[in-house]
Amino acid sequence: MTIAVSRREFLKVSAALGGGLALEFSFPVASAGAVGASATEVNAWIVIHRDDRVVVRIARSEMGQGTFTALAQLVAEELDCDWAKVSAEFASPNEHIRRNRIWGSMSTGGSMGVRSSQDYVRKAGASARAMLIMAAAARWRVPAAECTAESGVISHGPTRRRLRYGQVAAEAAKLAPPTEVQLRDPKDWKIAGKPMHRLDIPDKVLGKPVFGVDVTLPGMLHASIAQCPVFGGKVTSLDAGEAQRMRGVRKVVREESFIAVVADSWWRANQALKKVRIEWDTGGNGNAGNQTIAAMLREGLVSSNLPQARKLGDTPAAMAAAAKVIEAEYQSPYLSHATMEPQTCTAWLKPDGFLEVWTSTQNGEASMAAAAEAAGLPLEKVEVHKMMLGGGFGRRGAAQDFVRQGVAIAKALPGVPVKMMWSREEDMQHDFYRPASIVRMKAGLDGEGKLVAMHTTIACPSILKVLNPAALSKDGIEPSAVRSFSDMPYTVANQQVDYAMRNGHVPVGNWRAPGQQNSFYRECFIDELAVAAGKDPVEYRLAMLKQGDKNRLVLEAVAKAAGWGTPLPPGVHRGVAVVDGFGSYTAMVAEVSVSAKGEPRVHRIVVAVDSGYVVNPDTCRAQAESNVVFGLGAILYQENTVKEGRVVESNFHDFRLPRIAEMPKVEAVFVPTGGFWGGHGEPAILPLAPAVCNAIFAATGKRIRSLPLTHHDLREA
Amino acid sequence: MLKLTVNGRTRTVDVEPEMPLLWVLRDHLDLPGTKYGCGISVCGACTVHLDGEPVRSCTLPVSAALGRKIVTIEGLSARGLHRIQQAWIEHEVPQCGYCATGMIMAAAGLLAKNPKPTDADIDATMTNLCRCGTYARVRKAIHALADAPVTPAARRS
Repeated sequence: MTIAVSRREFLKVSAALGGGLALEFSFPVASAGAVGASATEVNAWIVIHRDDRVVVRIARSEMGQGTFTALAQLVAEELDCDWAKVSAEFASPNEHIRRNRIWGSMSTGGSMGVRSSQDYVRKAGASARAMLIMAAAARWRVPAAECTAESGVISHGPTRRRLRYGQVAAEAAKLAPPTEVQLRDPKDWKIAGKPMHRLDIPDKVLGKPVFGVDVTLPGMLHASIAQCPVFGGKVTSLDAGEAQRMRGVRKVVREESFIAVVADSWWRANQALKKVRIEWDTGGNGNAGNQTIAAMLREGLVSSNLPQARKLGDTPAAMAAAAKVIEAEYQSPYLSHATMEPQTCTAWLKPDGFLEVWTSTQNGEASMAAAAEAAGLPLEKVEVHKMMLGGGFGRRGAAQDFVRQGVAIAKALPGVPVKMMWSREEDMQHDFYRPASIVRMKAGLDGEGKLVAMHTTIACPSILKVLNPAALSKDGIEPSAVRSFSDMPYTVANQQVDYAMRNGHVPVGNWRAPGQQNSFYRECFIDELAVAAGKDPVEYRLAMLKQGDKNRLVLEAVAKAAGWGTPLPPGVHRGVAVVDGFGSYTAMVAEVSVSAKGEPRVHRIVVAVDSGYVVNPDTCRAQAESNVVFGLGAILYQENTVKEGRVVESNFHDFRLPRIAEMPKVEAVFVPTGGFWGGHGEPAILPLAPAVCNAIFAATGKRIRSLPLTHHDLREA
Repeated sequence: MLKLTVNGRTRTVDVEPEMPLLWVLRDHLDLPGTKYGCGISVCGACTVHLDGEPVRSCTLPVSAALGRKIVTIEGLSARGLHRIQQAWIEHEVPQCGYCATGMIMAAAGLLAKNPKPTDADIDATMTNLCRCGTYARVRKAIHALADAPVTPAARRS
């Protein structure tokens, strides 16, 4: 999509949105603000058609979390247009760069999509509304202050004249935006805060080609790739003779770290790929396995002089003086994201030297940077078409391996568009996994059972080390590895958190709510302490949470909603956990039973969330449901086993996902207290594992200190 | 050359008889609504109807579909939205939406045979995988459809 915007218009909107001035750029010549014949770009976020249709540009990605719709709601709220006439489209990363990053961040992760852009998108809506009013006032030759706007119609009360947004958009676009705008009080929201239908769903249920894997271009070829099964390995030799003779095969591409077969259909490419004989240099990691990784982490746990992520009071002294000391070790395995849509990238190196890329990405700008680098082109010569993601969960953001590969393949076939898609096996075995970690916790209780000292030692690989080493702080502390301990809300006077970064060769990455393993460790351990103290787990936590702490609020809310302490059907037991993160406060009660055969069953999950504000209650509810199912698989049976340097699991037969029969009832209770903006894409997964495992303890008396549950015999002893 | 009946039309394709139907649909007939998820018939993203029965097309050789009526998500409704698609919109079922088309085809197969499925029927039949966790809404939408009267227009589509 080439957007026509004049230089003057661009400078104006750019300055209005705090984008600063662009040093250089080039745009096709066009009249001010015109986007096609019948539409006007009022500002970078808002295009208004003559027939009043409003198109909101969205910079963040859509992977099912609803940001595409929520951001459009926030813009439409301040613009005060007719929601029925609103649609949304992705902002172009190429235009973004050429307009001096006018749309802010394109990164979509950390449950940040709405909360970190709500301020500027609302201002864009309010600014456009003011400009539309000014344009109408100018046409009527009346003061703008006498005019009002509502649902896409501007009115001049004294003369009862009316103009629709579409009638004045072209004039509005020529005006200078207001220097200051007033944002609506969320109490007065009419479009935001309401359960509007998601804008992207109709196309998805019709099977329209919206995903990265659906891209079809004239003359397009298909590629399937094989990477070294041992992470980090390189191609040393290959014999592609047989593959090259197979039907439909056009080319075998050899890169340093992978082989791609390009053919006229993906199946043919993939069949031929199986016939390529590849020899790999496994780079000395061919003997790594679960045992060596556990040994590496354990060595970290006993290392001296570890950097401290938190130090409050005098933990060793308080521990020595404690009436009772309790210790436990917890651990988690590596986990694959397993997005339903495998990694994919379509790239086309055009004869004019311009590179076009179509991909399912959580960060259009990062994809563009990766593509430009892989192609050896300046950013201005690259466009990334952001497609809908068939799941993201952190796989498709900071890691842009699939884009580099897609572009490398396209470079080998200049002028030909090539769609690369990974097989499921490739996807399962070449992820950036949730880090495996081991944590030791030691607690000192006083005579009343009160927690007076806590010492936590964490051995966990660093995600930043893999994905963004420059962002790692000098003290060597990986923020995601220490979360929930370094910022534990419980009022414990003596706390020490030591971190041992132990990386290994398995690539690690952001897996929905990075660092969430710690919430499992902490909240199960707190449950152990409550049991040791002979206290109710809710009461025990409340006693350690300050008045006014929102963790306290959500814990009380969930206890009430779940009927904590009330009778349950025979065999059903409750567990509780409270964890803050990703801007929100989340508490959960799980109701679980364990059959005589030792099979756990999660019946009901009640979750209370304080995210400050709720922009779309239905999509937020959907995110609570989503987090429960996503997390449930990791609790019940998912793990990626490392053997001979590679991941053993290869597909959904040995990396199970929960099915509909396993879906518990999920009740989400929103208690937004306002004054801050929290996320919804990840928070509800944080308390899930501990709530479920604490319920299993209540049901069986067996303390779960490692996941998945398939490793535990839950039958009655 | 192989002759197929897809969404009521006769289509001719020059492919190997062992090529799975999924890839014939996606790469040779330009019907990308049917998705690849696993290639081993576990996830159901590739579900289409063969003579009215839901099948997983990722492991079904195209030769097994010759002479049979193939219906994909693109042909589920002759015109406009099928009532199941409508219910999926109304109940905001999809999240990422990648599994949604296969899920809808599976639901269509279930409701055609069993207009009022119980929870147990749904559990046994709707075995498609959804990584986003839309299961509660899938169930809700199916029950809502079972309770809704089927209009003659809806029956035709």
